[in-house]
Amino acid sequence: MAVKARKIFRAAVFLLFSLIGIAGLYFYLNYEFLGAVQIVVYVGGIVVLIIFSIFLTAESGSDMKKPAIGRALASGLATAFACALTLWLIKGQSFQSNMNETIEPSVRNIGRQMLSTTEHGYILPFEVVSILLLAAMIGCIVIAIKPKA
Amino acid sequence: MNEIGLTHILVISTSLFFIGVYGFLTRRNMITMLMAIELILNSVNINFVAFNKYLYADKLDGLFFTVFIIAIAAAEAALAIAIIINLYRNYKSIDINDADSMKY
Repeated sequence: MAVKARKIFRAAVFLLFSLIGIAGLYFYLNYEFLGAVQIVVYVGGIVVLIIFSIFLTAESGSDMKKPAIGRALASGLATAFACALTLWLIKGQSFQSNMNETIEPSVRNIGRQMLSTTEHGYILPFEVVSILLLAAMIGCIVIAIKPKA
Repeated sequence: MNEIGLTHILVISTSLFFIGVYGFLTRRNMITMLMAIELILNSVNINFVAFNKYLYADKLDGLFFTVFIIAIAAAEAALAIAIIINLYRNYKSIDINDADSMKY
């Protein structure tokens, strides 16, 4: 429904509920940390940002144009066939689980491994992502600066 | 069917991915296209988490990939919205067909 609603604000609210549903899926899989991150970042950050930008561009009440019927039909058919193919492949696949001992996905283990510098540590991507976030922040500020008239 | 396995979660993420692709192809509005991209990224995250949970429960790699994808998606959304608002200031529209001054 997030991709079909005619009013843009309703589409944003539908997106909000589907993101909450995904967070619920993470909680169901016992990844509590990831569910919390999902709610904080997506529901608290991105959806609010999207709603604000909808208000700033002042199109909250108006209907959007319907997509051209040819385009809608073609993309609907293409995605339906691709989806069917993927589902068929998934159905024919038998997944073998490797039966090693499981690691509890607790915050303690996550933090240990994320900041460790040993073989399976993730300290380098962590730092790269922090640089990326800084760059994105600076980029947003540069883009948003009003040019001097 | 009485127990939810990997296949069921993969079905969910596949459906979500192709719903996002459909939205990306049919919408002509920048903000809604951005929302479709968020749906696609979320389906990829579900895939990572499900494979990590059901097949490789002795590692945490899928979880780290998911965390980093979430961070990158946040940065991407913020940048895209800054660009969209700037475009709206110049063109008074967020339809992608109106922003064609760099096309020719």
